[in-house]
Amino acid sequence: MRYWRSREALLVLPALAVYALLYLYPLSRLGVWSVFDPEPTLKNYRQLIADPVYAKALLNTLEVSFWVTVCALGLGYPLAYLMTTVSARARVWLMALIMVPFWTSILVRSFAWVVILGTNGIVNKTLIVLGLIEAPVRLLYNLIGVEIGMVHVLLPFMIFPLYGVMTQIDPALLRAGRSLGAPPWRAFVHIFLPLSLPGVAAGCVLVFLMAVGFYITPALLGGPQQITLATLIEMQVSDMLNWGFGATLSVLLVGAVATLFVIFTAALGLDRLTGTGKA
Amino acid sequence: MAAKGGALVLRRLTKHYPNMAAVDGIDLEIAAGEFLTLLGPSGSGKTTTLMMVAGFTPPTAGDVLLDGSSIAGLAPERRNIGVVFQNYALFPHMSIADNIAFPLKMRGMARPAIAAKVEAALGLVQLSGLGGRRPRQLSVGQQQRVALARALVFEPGLLLMDEPLGALDKKLREDMQFELKRLHGELGVTIVYVTHDQEEALTLSDRIALMNAGRIEQLGRAEDLYERPVSRFVAEFIGESNLLDGRVEAGWFTTPDGIRAPVAARADGAVLLMLRPEKVVLAPESATDGLAGTVSELVYGGDFTRYRVAVGAATLTAKIANSRAPFRPAVGASVRVLWHPGDECIIPK
Ligand SMILES: Nc1ncnc2c1ncn2[C@@H]1O[C@H](COP(=O)(O)OP(=O)(O)OP(=O)(O)O)[C@@H](O)[C@H]1O
Ligand SMILES: [Mg+2]
Repeated sequence: MRYWRSREALLVLPALAVYALLYLYPLSRLGVWSVFDPEPTLKNYRQLIADPVYAKALLNTLEVSFWVTVCALGLGYPLAYLMTTVSARARVWLMALIMVPFWTSILVRSFAWVVILGTNGIVNKTLIVLGLIEAPVRLLYNLIGVEIGMVHVLLPFMIFPLYGVMTQIDPALLRAGRSLGAPPWRAFVHIFLPLSLPGVAAGCVLVFLMAVGFYITPALLGGPQQITLATLIEMQVSDMLNWGFGATLSVLLVGAVATLFVIFTAALGLDRLTGTGKA
Repeated sequence: MAAKGGALVLRRLTKHYPNMAAVDGIDLEIAAGEFLTLLGPSGSGKTTTLMMVAGFTPPTAGDVLLDGSSIAGLAPERRNIGVVFQNYALFPHMSIADNIAFPLKMRGMARPAIAAKVEAALGLVQLSGLGGRRPRQLSVGQQQRVALARALVFEPGLLLMDEPLGALDKKLREDMQFELKRLHGELGVTIVYVTHDQEEALTLSDRIALMNAGRIEQLGRAEDLYERPVSRFVAEFIGESNLLDGRVEAGWFTTPDGIRAPVAARADGAVLLMLRPEKVVLAPESATDGLAGTVSELVYGGDFTRYRVAVGAATLTAKIANSRAPFRPAVGASVRVLWHPGDECIIPK
């Protein structure tokens, strides 16, 4: 038993090696940069604490990510549910539609939203023609724009864990519920919904953590109020060539993500996050 | 917990799928308190019939009446029928007590009343004290009992069970069959039971409806089906049988290859003669009557021995109790095969 386990562990070694080389190594370099200039110093961290702009950016990031998660769940849950109820053929088509955004670069998709949501964009024009609004509404360079763009990109990451868990729910359970006296909506509330929660947890954590690190979409579609940590990091590194402080902000971002992940894991249970747990 | 009513009538009940009739116009009247089994091979339409009664499969045609009124248009949750599913379908996220409380909660019963009922139901299936556990923490047999308690706790007049013992091993199966008999007697609930295990059907049921290709081939008590099958299908499906094609003329049964035996009077014509192996008697070659044959095979089975005897072109099986068998021929021995008049069953064609 033990013998086989250790042999099987060898199978993950190549993947671990790649991660160590491409991920852990650069990450540790960032950590080093943040405290050397070139002598050991804590000035970067002092600056981080001294200027409230960075705490504000962190809060912005969390706020944007929170709403992205909420919207993705609101859109993704019914879609994932639909996928479990339709015929196999229709499911393939739905899958393809959800996957299409993956085939286009985030940059292109974000610029597309600039065109669609702009003052003279199709959304505003349609709303005016329909007489729903009189003057164009501001859909860009604010929270709305960021939300639309990020939800669009991250929706599949909500749908797939949800769908994975939902297909595991035995339809006989719902029939049992009906035979015991539950109308369809009560069977859903008492049986399907609780059993789908591991998927909800997994999807939300995935989307939230990915949203926290998002850069291009908030930069293109957000306004000054939506300045996120990732945007600041980019400014420090490529505009100000301040690698030390950029590294410090990166450490803050990675730290925030790691902390949140630990909190989520403890609160929800790791098996639920990975979607492998049975409720 | 005591059931009232539960008389079920199926009228020309039909379910067509594209290119096939899963259930092909079934008529069936089941009395309140009866234990009726739908028996039949895989694909014969047992589950489809049950699901139409439960309300999960809309019939193509026909009607379902429960205690005199049609329920065909009612949603499953409004039929008040207990259903035990093949894999029990216990809610994994609820405790055993919550599982059993579910139908009562759906009916808006007050909390203290629910608690008392759940306690009683747990007692009924001998699981008192296990209410706090999750389904996964119970053995398969215990899960089966929970499913039963949950389907009975709201006192339905009718209980449907689809191969409920399929997942159990032999010993547990027999225990549960006994348990089911007891519950049925205690509660007086009407039970429609689906199985493809003929032994189970024979042991449990008041009556058996043997299904074949979407129709009821024969409906009757266990002994009717076993002793007086109406067709080759029934004779072959229930128990072991020797089947001979031939004709009856003036009290004699003859086959084309020369078998000739006297049979109880019957109208003349082409028939199928069925003889259960345990009704066959083997006599020494010196006997004056019977069919001459040769023992071709012999299998010792503890309390009985099974002989295969070649009679002309046919091979008959004889199952002979070892306790009273003075004559024990060996393989290759010449014997005479006979049976008491009337032990054979003549199936007209
Ligand atoms: N949804 C469906 N679509 C098409 N054909 C179906 C459908 N459900 C059942 N059938 C067909 O109807 C026939 C009867 O099926 P049913 O499940 O009632 O058989 P069964 O007697 O319960 O068999 P088993 O002992 O294998 O459970 C089968 O041939 C099956 O293939
Ligand atoms: Mg079936």
